[in-house]
Amino acid sequence: MLWQRFTIAIPYFWLLVFFLAPFAIILKISLADPIIAQPPFTPFFDDDGSITATADNYTFLLTDKLYAVTYFKSVAMAAIATLLCLALGFPMAYGIARADERTRNLLLLLIVLPFWISFLLRVYAWMGLLNNYGVINNVLMWLQVIDKPIAFMYTDFAIYIGLVYSYLPFMVLPLYATLERMDLDLVDAAQDLGARPSQAFWDITWPLARPGVIAGCLLVFIPAMGEYVIPYLLGGPESLLIGRVLFDEFFVNRDWPLASAVAIVLLLLLVVPIVFLQRSRAQDEGRLA
Amino acid sequence: MTGHGNTAFIEIQNVSKYFGDFAAVDAVSLKIGKGELFSILGGSGCGKTTLLRMLAGFETPTAGRILIDGVDVTELPPYERPVNMMFQSYAIFPHMTVEKNVAYGLEKEGVPRDEIKRRVADMLNLVQLGTFAARKPRQLSGGQQQRVALARALVKSPKVLLLDEPLAALDKKLRGQTQFELMSIQDKLGITFVVVTHDQEEAMILSSRIAVMDKGRLIQVGTPKEIYEYPNSRFVADFIGTINMFEGTVVDVDSDRVRVNCKDAGGELVALSDVPPAVGSAVCVAVRPEKIFISQTEPENSEDTRLAGVVADLGYFGNLSLYRILLAGGRIVQVSAQNRRRSAERFLEWDDKVFISWRPRSAVLLTD
Repeated sequence: MLWQRFTIAIPYFWLLVFFLAPFAIILKISLADPIIAQPPFTPFFDDDGSITATADNYTFLLTDKLYAVTYFKSVAMAAIATLLCLALGFPMAYGIARADERTRNLLLLLIVLPFWISFLLRVYAWMGLLNNYGVINNVLMWLQVIDKPIAFMYTDFAIYIGLVYSYLPFMVLPLYATLERMDLDLVDAAQDLGARPSQAFWDITWPLARPGVIAGCLLVFIPAMGEYVIPYLLGGPESLLIGRVLFDEFFVNRDWPLASAVAIVLLLLLVVPIVFLQRSRAQDEGRLA
Repeated sequence: MTGHGNTAFIEIQNVSKYFGDFAAVDAVSLKIGKGELFSILGGSGCGKTTLLRMLAGFETPTAGRILIDGVDVTELPPYERPVNMMFQSYAIFPHMTVEKNVAYGLEKEGVPRDEIKRRVADMLNLVQLGTFAARKPRQLSGGQQQRVALARALVKSPKVLLLDEPLAALDKKLRGQTQFELMSIQDKLGITFVVVTHDQEEAMILSSRIAVMDKGRLIQVGTPKEIYEYPNSRFVADFIGTINMFEGTVVDVDSDRVRVNCKDAGGELVALSDVPPAVGSAVCVAVRPEKIFISQTEPENSEDTRLAGVVADLGYFGNLSLYRILLAGGRIVQVSAQNRRRSAERFLEWDDKVFISWRPRSAVLLTD
């Protein structure tokens, strides 16, 4: 009994120490004022014991248009990247799930293979591919398709390439897991009952793949939303995303309270779609159960 | 059990299906009559499922043509064929209710909404699932899922219903019951049923005719009785039911009466044949266990095949007893006997000396 309780307690303890506690600390900092000191923010309790919390940082976030625009741009870019991943990942996952066993394992290995190389190195590799004298431009010029380099680097296009490239496996794997479990007879049955292949896809395959679609979208959208490295390395100055703002507030401006407020709002923005999608997944499961 | 293949409703003309070099179905020609309950019987990998999938349109024949009701459907995709299939796995859509599952085919056909409602309700009543319309498939038992699959396939009133191992997933008790339900539904609707099964008992009970397949080829087509009583080859004889097969050589042919010398039986066997083989050729005499008489005194009729042996093993099943008789030639023969009387005669025991005999017309002479 005691042992059982102990094993159940471990994940709770973990969540408490490594998620809830840091969250509480960030929340506390977001309610302070910045000062030039160590640490660089006012203490939560005054000398006389009164609470010094202030909502200034949040009102600043709401009044300065820069933040609203940046949040919006981040949500939009993450959403578009997620849709691109879905559009590319679904056929890939479908193809892998329907391949014979040997090819399937090989293809899965290829999907996972990039993880063996550091994420940062892979993004640097894209810089080598995309820059004005990079592989792609050189090949195109050698083929005389173009006569002067196309500026891929430091554009939104480069960010999308980076995001889709980096997060595609997180879309493919959960999709593959659901599609692989699906009984192929179901699609045959739909066609047998008069559905054209495209109708059978939308009536049968798509609804049954929904849990995988939701899981994959969350796994792509959430990290893409707060992504810092890809926009920093591949994006231009105008592609200011929230991860970059967060970093700059912390380390360049050393305004920890404002940076914390940015982080808290980002978290809230992410919680909304997660709760929404989790509920719809629970409904799916309820429907299937 | 109407129709007997006189007018071909389904016509399979010289159909072959190759997967690479492997012939899953090898030059099969078959005519199935309207309203028949036709079974394709064979072991796993014999090509019966591939043949069924070609009828459904999931596979295209490498060669040959398939006609249904006079229309060449060889190249038609599954969604344009007047056939429906009941899958072995049932393939019920897990995200739809029972009612939605059954309505799906009609919706794709563009049938008006109120007509769909009526036909679905009728069909659910026919399979006794009227009160389950709003249930999810997961909430149903195996037998109920099987009925949903049946209803869904039948609701479109197909010209042909294909059934892939319809009873394989049911437990034994439910099977017996469902078998007769299938037959009565088929009788009521008059739809041509083509059943694929590996279970010879199932095929025997259900079917008006049976096609036995092996290694992609048709071995024999006939009524259950023909298949059982007059198998045309060693394969069919062995596959359907239990049979004793004696390999030997023909020693004498007297019109249709063939005498075969069989060493391990320890004597000469007599069988009848319409096309008697030549003297000296290797043949097989096959006799079913229930066609063999067993007695402790030597039987008198000299027409019959008579062999001596001892009881090596016996099993008492209540209504009948199974004996394994060791013949003088060293071979074991299976004999079954009805236990008609309770105490009139002494029951046979282990090591009793016995005689077995059968009439010439009880044995089948096989050359293939």
